[in-house]
Amino acid sequence: MSALLEELPVILGAFWLTVRLTLATAVAALVLGTVLAAMRVSPLAVLRTVAAAYVNALRNTPLTLVIVFCGLGLGLVLDVSFSDSLSTNYLWLSIIGLSLYTAAFVCEAIRSGINTVPIGQAEAARALGLTFLQNLRHIVLPQAFRAVIAPLGSVLIALIKNTTIAAAIGVAEASLTMKSLFEQHQEAVVPIFLGFALGFLVLTLPVGLLFGWLAKRLAVAR
Amino acid sequence: MRASVLYDAPGPRGRRRNLVLTVVFAVVLVVLAYLAFRKFDEKGQFDAALWEPFLRADVWINLILPGLWNTLSAAATAALIAVPFGFVFGIARLSEQAWIRLPAAAVVEFFRAIPLLIMIFFAQYGGSAVFGLTVTSFSAVVFGLVMYNGSVLAEIVRAGISSLPRGQTEAALAIGLRKSQAMRLILLPQAVTVMMPAIVSQLVVLLKDTALGFIVAYEDLLNAGARILPANFRNLIPSVIVMAIIYILINVAVGLVAGWLEKRSRRSRKTTAKPVAPPDSMTVAAAP
Repeated sequence: MSALLEELPVILGAFWLTVRLTLATAVAALVLGTVLAAMRVSPLAVLRTVAAAYVNALRNTPLTLVIVFCGLGLGLVLDVSFSDSLSTNYLWLSIIGLSLYTAAFVCEAIRSGINTVPIGQAEAARALGLTFLQNLRHIVLPQAFRAVIAPLGSVLIALIKNTTIAAAIGVAEASLTMKSLFEQHQEAVVPIFLGFALGFLVLTLPVGLLFGWLAKRLAVAR
Repeated sequence: MRASVLYDAPGPRGRRRNLVLTVVFAVVLVVLAYLAFRKFDEKGQFDAALWEPFLRADVWINLILPGLWNTLSAAATAALIAVPFGFVFGIARLSEQAWIRLPAAAVVEFFRAIPLLIMIFFAQYGGSAVFGLTVTSFSAVVFGLVMYNGSVLAEIVRAGISSLPRGQTEAALAIGLRKSQAMRLILLPQAVTVMMPAIVSQLVVLLKDTALGFIVAYEDLLNAGARILPANFRNLIPSVIVMAIIYILINVAVGLVAGWLEKRSRRSRKTTAKPVAPPDSMTVAAAP
């Protein structure tokens, strides 16, 4: 227990990095996922095919592999560099990997939301003369988003847990910090584990409650 | 909603415009692919020497297949323990006895809420620190996979049994079956049908998660692709790409089984209940 209190600043710092990783990835994945979903329902076969191939490939690849590819493949072999500081560079590369992976799930969530919008909505929009993009932007996507708030909450919770996999390329977020604290305080493995587990509960449970409440509040009345 | 509902069937002008846009986007994609190709080529990633190992039988037999075998054996071991775990805890959560129901609920919710990786780390370090055991990376990975996926499976089992019409239990009890008999003879056979697709999808997740073993130096497929092969041939990018293709092929195959099971259980006459969605589903069901 004393180890836990003694290392509290380190632990909070690690969780702060987890939160920043989550937020940066969430924004990037939401944008990329929405674009992919629009591509998957677009009139152009080339866009549909590319988006479908992307989503199927990323959803069936382990996230660890994606992050290793970004960290070691892009970072070490191809010399992609965002910062002179090595640790900042790996942070950005892990955000890229997490975003590419999460976007595939966001795309599938939004596409399932598009399927819940009654056909009459899009038909009425077409009858008014709206083009495909106008139809998506003004009629279909606003309703689709409201239908998938709960699933997007599940994606976000999965993302919070998935940020731990950035440990594979040495980003010192919560899980890697926990591992090094295990090594420093062998006598206090159980309290440290429970402390970190509590930290993740504090992050994930409120997100679940918030999105459940939002989903109810923003549901489309039909 | 079918995609074609979102836009009018193109007329002559629309077809022309779509053709132009198709060409434009195709060119953009080709340019992007070319830029990636240039970048790879600059670093010599298309050197035949980097790809040639994948044409050699000894590389597959000595380096890749043992990794694949370890991945599959960790996945199979974890699945064989996680499925019974899921049934026990899923049924326990439906118990009428609070002293069974509440602890089961606590276990399931706890392990679903925390990341798999910290469980694997805990198994590794906790096993030796608390019990004085040497925990191999295999056991640590299997432990984490069982606790996490077992808890998710428990939720699937609970959802599957709860999705059955209440009349099934009532009729079973009315003809004099005990509660355990009703569960075993009436509810479970029907529930298995409705939850089979969700269970198989969860097993795909489990298989993908075995790659976490890479982080604790378990010698799995990803370890073969990202550590062993690059150490021998300095071909990290080609070898990670080949491993990704192997993972995708395996997962697509298991996914096809899940799709087939779902179709089968939709037209099954064993039960009137529809297949259940996995908990925390990341999609919503379409409007009827």
